[in-house]
Amino acid sequence: MDLILPGSGLIIWQLIGFLALLFLLTKFAWKPILAALDEREKSIEDALKSAEIARNEMANLKAENERILHEAKIQRDEMLHKATEHAKQIIEEAKEKAQQEGAILLENARHAIQTEKKAAVEEVKVLVATLSLDVAEKLIKKNYTTDAAQKALVEEFVKDIKVN
Amino acid sequence: MLRRFLCLSVLLSAIWLMNPVTAMAGGDDSDKTGFIMHHIKDSYEWHFATFGDTHLTLPLPVIIYSSDKGLQFFSSSNFQDPVTHKFGEAFAHEGYFIDEHEHLFSVDGSSFVDLSITKNVAMMFLVLIVMISFVLSAASNYKKNGVAAPKGAAALLEPIVVFVRDEIAYKAIGPKYKKFLPYLLTLFFFIWIGNLMGLMPGAANLTGNIAVTMTLAVLTFIVVNTNGNKDYWKHVFMTPGVPVPLLLVIVPVEIIGLFTKPFALMVRLFVAITAGHIVILAFIALVFIFESYAIGVVSTLMVTFLNVIELLVATIQAYVFTLFSAMYIGGAVAEHAHDDHH
Repeated sequence: MDLILPGSGLIIWQLIGFLALLFLLTKFAWKPILAALDEREKSIEDALKSAEIARNEMANLKAENERILHEAKIQRDEMLHKATEHAKQIIEEAKEKAQQEGAILLENARHAIQTEKKAAVEEVKVLVATLSLDVAEKLIKKNYTTDAAQKALVEEFVKDIKVN
Repeated sequence: MLRRFLCLSVLLSAIWLMNPVTAMAGGDDSDKTGFIMHHIKDSYEWHFATFGDTHLTLPLPVIIYSSDKGLQFFSSSNFQDPVTHKFGEAFAHEGYFIDEHEHLFSVDGSSFVDLSITKNVAMMFLVLIVMISFVLSAASNYKKNGVAAPKGAAALLEPIVVFVRDEIAYKAIGPKYKKFLPYLLTLFFFIWIGNLMGLMPGAANLTGNIAVTMTLAVLTFIVVNTNGNKDYWKHVFMTPGVPVPLLLVIVPVEIIGLFTKPFALMVRLFVAITAGHIVILAFIALVFIFESYAIGVVSTLMVTFLNVIELLVATIQAYVFTLFSAMYIGGAVAEHAHDDHH
C-alpha cells in the first residue's frame, strides 16, 4: 500500500465510520451534553443573579432600617424636647399660679388684718373711752365733790381754751 | 472503568513493545529499517510480532466488490504463504492476488472496488468503539445527574467539550457556532483519540494515513462550502475593493484558495503524525543497525522522550485541525456587511 496515495477502501470506510460516529454522537451524546452544560451554566447564572438581587435587597433593607432608626431617633428627640418644654411650661404656669394665689391670699390676709385691726382699734377706742369715762367719773366723783375743786378745773379749762 | 482500561493498555503495551525487537531479530539483516515503512503504511493483515519463524498476526477480511461477481469476502490469509505470511502473485485466490507491496490486483485485470477491512479500517473501528463507549458513558452521566457537577467519564470529557465550544467554535465562528459544534467535537475527539491510540505499541498509523486525513479534510471542505453565505461567495467571485481587471487574477487565486485550505489540513495532520511515528521507529531501528547495548539505552531514553512529545503533538494536531476547520467555517458564515462599506 502506498504512503501518499489514498486507498479507496479506507476512504469509503472512513467516510462511513466517521459519518456514523457524527450521527450517533450528535444524537445521543453531544446534544444532551451541550444541553446539560447550557442548563447548568444558566442555573449558575440565575443563582448568581438572584444572589445579587438578594444582596441588593439586603442593602436596601439595611438602608431602610437605618432610615427608620434615624427617623425614630429624631422623633424621640422631638418628643423629649416637647416633653421638657411642656414640663417647663407646666412648672412655669404652676409657679405663676402659685404666685398669684399667694398674692391673693396675702391680699386677703392683709385685708382681714386691716379689718380686724380697725375693729380692734375701734374696740380699744371704745374701751378706752369707756374706761376713761369710768376713770373720769370715778375721779370726778372723788375730786370734784367739793365746789372749790370744780371751780379750779373750770378755770383751767378756760385757760386752755385761750391758749388754743 | 478507567483503571481497568489502564491496566489493559499497560499489559498490551508490554506485549506489543516486543514487536519491533522480535520482528527484526527474525528478519533478514539486509532490511533493518523496513519495519518502519511497513508500520506507517496500511496493510491487509495486522502484524503484531514475529517470534523466530512464527508470525503473530491477525488476518483481516478482504472484501471485493465487482460488477459481475458482486460482493466477495475472503480472509487475508487466503492470499499469503501460510508459514512466511508473504503476499505475492503466486498465492492468487479466486482470481485476485496481493503483491509484495500489498496492492490488490485481479488476475485478469478486470476492475473492482476494494472494500477490505485493512489494518487502518480495523483500527478506525477500534477508535470508534472506544470513542462511542467513552462519550456515551459520559452522556449517560448527564442524564442521571442533570445539572449536578460531572462525575466519572463526564468529568474527563466536560473540560474538553467546554474548551472546544468556547476556545475553538465560539471564538472562530461567532454567534452561529452552535450548528457546527457537533461536527467540530466529533472531529476533535476522533483525531485526538485516533492520535493517542496510534501511539500505542502495535497500533496502526490511522490518523497518519493520507486517506483518513483526506476524508476529514473533504468533510470540512463540504461543511464550509455548503454553509457559505452571500458574502463568502461574493468574496470569492467579486472580491470587494478590487478593480475589475485585477479580478482576472484574483478570482482564480481565490478559487484555488478554496481547495488549498482543506489540502493544507490533509497534509498537516498526515505529515505530523507520520513523521512522529517514523522518528520513534527510527530510534528503535538504531538498536538493530548498531547492535549495541549503549545505543539501546540511548534509544530507549529518546523513544520515551519522543513518546511524550508525541502525546503533545497528538493533542496539538487535533486542536489545530479542529481550529482551522472552525476558522474556515467562520469565514464562510461571517457577516461582512460592516467591513465592506468602509
